[in-house]
Amino acid sequence: MSAALLPLFVAVPLMMAALLVIVGDRRVVHAVGLLGTMITAVGAAVLLILEFRSGGAIAHGISSWPFGIAIPFVADMFTALMLVVTGLLTIVCSWFAIASGRAANVYFAPLVLVLTAGVNGALLTADLFNLFVFIEVMLLPSYGLFVLAARHKGTLQQVAGARLYVTLNLLTSTVFLIGVGFIYGTAGTVNMGELAGLAKTDPTVAISGAVCLFALAIKASVVPVHGWLAAAYPATSPAITALFSGLHTKVAIYGIYRMYAVVFDGDSRWLWIGVTLFCLTMVIGVLGAVGEKTTRSILAFHMISQIGYILLGVALFTLAGLTAGIFYLLHHMIVKASLFLSTGAVEVRYGTGEIGKLSGIAKREPVIAVAFFIAALSLAGLPPFSGFVAKFTLILASVKAGQIAAVVVMLLVSLVTLLSMLKIWNGVFWGDSKSSEKVSTSNADDDAPATSPADGNLPEASPTGTAAAAASTSGRKQSVAEPASAAQSSGGVATKEAPTASATRADPETKASSATTVAERPRIGMALAGPAVFTAAITLGLGLGAELLLGLSATAAEGLLDTTAYVQAVMGS
Amino acid sequence: MTVAITAGLLVFGAVYLMMKREMLRVILGFILLGHAGNIVLMAAGGTSRRDLPYGSPEDLSTIADPLPQAFVLTAIVIAFSITIVMLVLAVTGNDDDDTAAAAKEVQE
Repeated sequence: MSAALLPLFVAVPLMMAALLVIVGDRRVVHAVGLLGTMITAVGAAVLLILEFRSGGAIAHGISSWPFGIAIPFVADMFTALMLVVTGLLTIVCSWFAIASGRAANVYFAPLVLVLTAGVNGALLTADLFNLFVFIEVMLLPSYGLFVLAARHKGTLQQVAGARLYVTLNLLTSTVFLIGVGFIYGTAGTVNMGELAGLAKTDPTVAISGAVCLFALAIKASVVPVHGWLAAAYPATSPAITALFSGLHTKVAIYGIYRMYAVVFDGDSRWLWIGVTLFCLTMVIGVLGAVGEKTTRSILAFHMISQIGYILLGVALFTLAGLTAGIFYLLHHMIVKASLFLSTGAVEVRYGTGEIGKLSGIAKREPVIAVAFFIAALSLAGLPPFSGFVAKFTLILASVKAGQIAAVVVMLLVSLVTLLSMLKIWNGVFWGDSKSSEKVSTSNADDDAPATSPADGNLPEASPTGTAAAAASTSGRKQSVAEPASAAQSSGGVATKEAPTASATRADPETKASSATTVAERPRIGMALAGPAVFTAAITLGLGLGAELLLGLSATAAEGLLDTTAYVQAVMGS
Repeated sequence: MTVAITAGLLVFGAVYLMMKREMLRVILGFILLGHAGNIVLMAAGGTSRRDLPYGSPEDLSTIADPLPQAFVLTAIVIAFSITIVMLVLAVTGNDDDDTAAAAKEVQE
């Protein structure tokens, strides 16, 4: 594959996004355009992996400007692996969004495509300022998607979540920008090729680089700057949470790996800071999950904990450590998406992700339950899933590097992770389905769109969901008998849904069915369960055939350990 | 030196405003912080050389560095667009704005 084609990873999605906006509201064209572009991108990235089987890197200066003026795009094994997995995740999450009716908006597909362009650009670029620009290109459509999830009836939580998300990201980007300014002031360049190893010899460059790393650490939600993630991620729709969890924090992690490897040249003086912080991240993330009550916020806290594991790889900075870290990163993106999608499917269909409001889903939804179970065990690190391989290699690498404390932390955190997963399992999937009356919450109708083609067989789902929602928010059974008081008491919580709720309530038939049982609700269809099952199958496949991906990760790790090929490719572009 | 002091003052103001519990003030704080970032970028290119960086300059040692200026231009546009997004978010759902709740209580 020619290096000159690398910019197409950014250009094609952008062009496609523009085309889809021009085409207008034609849902099939949008779905085909979105998925077609993504599948092509993944295919191209797989070709890149084949090219880098034995290491090496290719680079291209945009528009063939001479070196030093052009923005270089570089790809090596690590980039190619990330391109494949981020592309796959985007496909899977778009599929879920389409199936759950979230993609009904005319701007959904264009926004996801721009997001993809930003992610691909951030992975490919070898220019720090350009990295800032691409991170912004990635974030701007994200704000759109975040708000789109609310769709004219944003609840308080969603508005607050979006505010937090935008504010935090702007702050981080500004800090990153200032760091890039410092690097330009001290080193006189922002080109990764020219910066290579400079932070090891020049302490001023090291301090400037540390500002950039700090900003990336906020984006990756490393303790002590992790607080935003668990507050912001559960505030949007399940598909979007899964998409963001797979892309945003992981791009930041990729940036940390790349920057520390190239600019700092793996400087061993600062590694202890990483080991300490990332162990803390593991512990605090997993403990935070204990106190949470909804599936998505539990999963978000686990994400923080897992980010500690992933970054421990770079803090070890040995071949084994980096290999394990990269493998963990790829495994984690898939498994986390699988968990978000399987619990998301339950949330979309049954209206809530709150522990204790649902139970016995496993009997009705064996497929989704199995998908969740596989992903949960994989996350906790049990064989034969990919999580076992990831944790096992990481522990071996830590032992080899003499970080025994880190090994102890990892093992303990794994246990608590398993406990948390069992909490979701027991609360949502296991047990009898008798507590059905409490099924819905105020966001039930928000997630049960009547517009989606996949949901066409359940025209009644939305109104009954709303009625049941009002009933459960009012919390008492006697208020069901009094429509006025029920609507009034629910008004405080479900602000904009309240008129609809009281309207449907007036209808005697819906009043009778306001005590909707789980059994009356339609099941999760194959289209909705598919993404979760697909990703769960991948984690099983990666666990059984770990040798292949481990080999590829090792090649990627060698590229980080010895950056000559990368730097030479950049310099020669 | 002047540049460093200016950037410092801007960051001081930004942090002060961000500590407020109201979305609008936080946004104003971000505008100040964005300017501080831009000034840092400008300073990175050196402020002593000020000749035009285009055309065919006679003395290369006195022309300004165009790269930080391009950086700043890009950064301004990005910061501007996000500020607009934040303003929209500040206006949406004004009644259930939990960030403005404290300010309201003070007024009442």
